[in-house]
Amino acid sequence: MREREDEWTGLMRSAISGDDAAYHRLLRAVTPVLRAAARRGLTRAGQPVDQSEDIVQDILLAVHLKRHTWDASAPFAPWLFAIARNKLIDALRRRGRRVFVNIDDFAETLPGEPVAESAPAGEVAAQLESLPARQRDVLRSVAVDSASIKDTAKKFAMSEGAVRVALHRGLASLTAKLRGQ
Amino acid sequence: METDQLIRTLAADNAHRARPVGFVLALALLAAAPVSVAIFFTQFGFRPDIMTAMYNPFFELKFMVTLAMAFSAVAVSLHLSRPEASLRGWRWLLLIPAGLLVAGIGGEMMMPQRLPVMTRLMGSNAQVCLTAIPLMALPLLGAALVGLRHGAPTRPVIAGGFAGLLSAGLAATLYASHCTDDSPLFVATWYTIATALVTAIGALAGPRVLRF
Repeated sequence: MREREDEWTGLMRSAISGDDAAYHRLLRAVTPVLRAAARRGLTRAGQPVDQSEDIVQDILLAVHLKRHTWDASAPFAPWLFAIARNKLIDALRRRGRRVFVNIDDFAETLPGEPVAESAPAGEVAAQLESLPARQRDVLRSVAVDSASIKDTAKKFAMSEGAVRVALHRGLASLTAKLRGQ
Repeated sequence: METDQLIRTLAADNAHRARPVGFVLALALLAAAPVSVAIFFTQFGFRPDIMTAMYNPFFELKFMVTLAMAFSAVAVSLHLSRPEASLRGWRWLLLIPAGLLVAGIGGEMMMPQRLPVMTRLMGSNAQVCLTAIPLMALPLLGAALVGLRHGAPTRPVIAGGFAGLLSAGLAATLYASHCTDDSPLFVATWYTIATALVTAIGALAGPRVLRF
């Protein structure tokens, strides 16, 4: 546990000093932990665990956009869990209002069943469609077509700087839209 | 979008660096300050005897109290803009302005006074004080909330309250140069009520604007 968290802190420090691969590794390493926490939260709130992936993506976006509030001299895990907890509570509160009617039905079918497979997250993908065309195209190119910034720039005849700006703005407006739902 | 795809996208954006919260907070406050200062000069202005008042230690004490409150609240707000922050230890910073005020009241009590306690406490500007401080604080409160929004406060009610405290402290600093009531008893009563009002507004606004 301790070792794992020290590793995260190290990866995040490298990430902040510009190591994209370390950042990628860090996000991949924390995702299963976030997913398990999201499932636990949903279960405790009596809600379908198959929505956990939306929550995981919500947390990841917040981690990304708020990482400047992490103090690089402090351990990373408490910061991460504070963000995750905040997002999870938010998501449960939001969902609580919406799926309230179905909770009883669901609770009856829960015991004894194997853990439901997570449904693919739909919220981020849905909001992606409502972004301005340029942000959407760039995000799709990087996310779905796994194109690099460079290739994306070539594809849309943009400068790499412009691609980076569109990418970041796209992520920020995605997050704002998710929050505004 | 698959989570792996999202992760790859986030990693591609790793080069983007956001400004520190303190920087954005300072910028927002600097942008809002002219509005409050304009309200001050058009509606209130310096007290006419300010040149002589400057030699009165109780006049100076007002600024020490209000500035100590503003700076303590800035420090706590910045701390609370981090998601894992707890208030432990930090809330004691507020004892600095409170302690200054108590020391001032004690000091005044020990000096011979021309006016009775209640007269000093009620002063002659209570109503103006209760209007002026919130009025000049509001633009600064808006700015403080903009600044904190850039952070990740997970306790938005408290963070909003400290944004209110911060803006009330700055507004009270302006107001102190207008107000002719220098008794620490007046400050402890009316400045505090005005500050509590602004703090409450901040605490109410917090959950609405500080969600991230």
